[in-house]
Amino acid sequence: MNYGIDLKDVSVWFGEGSERVDAVRHASFTVPEGGSFGLVGESGSGKSTILKAITGLAENWQGSITILGNQLGKTRSNQFYKSVQMVFQDPYASLHPRYTVDQVLSESLSLNTFDNIDQRIVAALDDVGLGQSFRFRYPHQLSGGQRQRVAIARALVLEPSILLLDEPTSALDVSVQAEILNLLTDLRQEHDLTYLMVSHDLAVVGHMCSNVGVMNSGEIVEILSIEDLRERKTNHPYTRQLLEASV
Amino acid sequence: MTDTLLRVDNLTVSFPTRTGVFEAVRDISFSLGRERLGIVGESGSGKSMTGRSILRLIQKPGLIDAKQISLHGENLLEFSEKDMRKVRGHRISMIMQDPKFSLNPVMKIGDQITEGYRLHKKISKAEARTASLEMLDAVLIRDPERVYNAYPHEMSGGMGQRIMIAMMLIPGPEILIADEPTSALDVTVQKEVLEIMDRLVRERGMGLIFISHDLQLVSAFCDRILIMYGGRIVETCRADRLQDATHPYTRGLLNSMPQLAYPRPHLEVLARDDAWRDQPSVSGHLEASDVP
Repeated sequence: MNYGIDLKDVSVWFGEGSERVDAVRHASFTVPEGGSFGLVGESGSGKSTILKAITGLAENWQGSITILGNQLGKTRSNQFYKSVQMVFQDPYASLHPRYTVDQVLSESLSLNTFDNIDQRIVAALDDVGLGQSFRFRYPHQLSGGQRQRVAIARALVLEPSILLLDEPTSALDVSVQAEILNLLTDLRQEHDLTYLMVSHDLAVVGHMCSNVGVMNSGEIVEILSIEDLRERKTNHPYTRQLLEASV
Repeated sequence: MTDTLLRVDNLTVSFPTRTGVFEAVRDISFSLGRERLGIVGESGSGKSMTGRSILRLIQKPGLIDAKQISLHGENLLEFSEKDMRKVRGHRISMIMQDPKFSLNPVMKIGDQITEGYRLHKKISKAEARTASLEMLDAVLIRDPERVYNAYPHEMSGGMGQRIMIAMMLIPGPEILIADEPTSALDVTVQKEVLEIMDRLVRERGMGLIFISHDLQLVSAFCDRILIMYGGRIVETCRADRLQDATHPYTRGLLNSMPQLAYPRPHLEVLARDDAWRDQPSVSGHLEASDVP
């Protein structure tokens, strides 16, 4: 089988010497192409750091990260950013306040040397269920859910095959969360996307993913299928603790 | 549980804006006994404004208008600002969402806890210290001495919120208003903090107003629930009967939540009805039928 994402023995750290913090230790997991994998854990468990290591936002890492068959080195190629895109947690913080939706989308398109920018923006806005009337609005003229749709559109215009989702709905109300999760489910089917999703909410991961890695203080303590998680077939006390706390 | 601690009648909170008056809370009435009352709603539903207006903490140009907000029959709206300061913290206290923003970063934790306490009670520094250490112990902080002399940045989120609970409970208030007290915490820590708060509120026979956006959490933790939408109370119910709620908004919220045990390909999307905004508020007064 082809793996969209393949991590082997990945460790990530911040700082040097006595300041060094090992945020992720020896993490290994695979996500098949077109699959969806969730990482759950508490704050500080290292789940977002794994996404940062993949995108190159965290520079100090070792081990092997393979994306769509290409092993990653120190730097990321332009091709990498065309195939891997990320949606961040807080839609209030992740959009430039002085850029219109149109500017946000066209900037990432022109940086990645796409043509037909106009058509692509129209298509991307339609994809995420925002009409053309939103195209020239500023972020402060949008609600939280609409902003997150723009953030998803920004990731999608580059036609990636892998989306990294870092708590995409935790800043939203439950009714808006339902809309965004449905949108992500539909987009994955339409565009054959591979999802790697980070969340602290077991129910959200359970809804979106087929396999879950449970993280605790920098280590993946258990990887299990959603069916096993649902039936509480877990071998690790920490997973059990999370399950009990989240009801 | 049925003796009324707090009674709010016809509360409206309004903010004048350039485009007219915006009413964040619109004509709601409810009362609180010695119980755990949950107020649930989405952002912008007016739940936090309701909590703040009880303590008259709405800043100008915001306006509080009500027939009465009475604590044991005394109408708080008629109190002077000076009298109000004796109510805040002493008889009614409030815990905010994020301990990172509620604690003074440049003041030792012990000094912060004793500061409010010594304002309300005429006692010596040494007595206040002893009481604070006992209180820190009561919120299950393992090493009260160390925490007493520490600064807020040395504490985790869960510790910070426990310190807030200790600080708010030490003057012995009758009512605690907790505004999203655990939203900034991890699930496992959240459970621990709620248990501590629950135990202390129960032991002291206090009334608790628990404001949250999380329906499941409130139904597991409270006795009675008010559901707010667009500044109004659209439904009230006993917490253990939340599953039988009938209002389309409550049902919509319940159905739009993903549940681990019940997988579905798509979540139900809440279809909002403008009529919900215009319906009159449901009374949130304590009824005999609310007592299990």
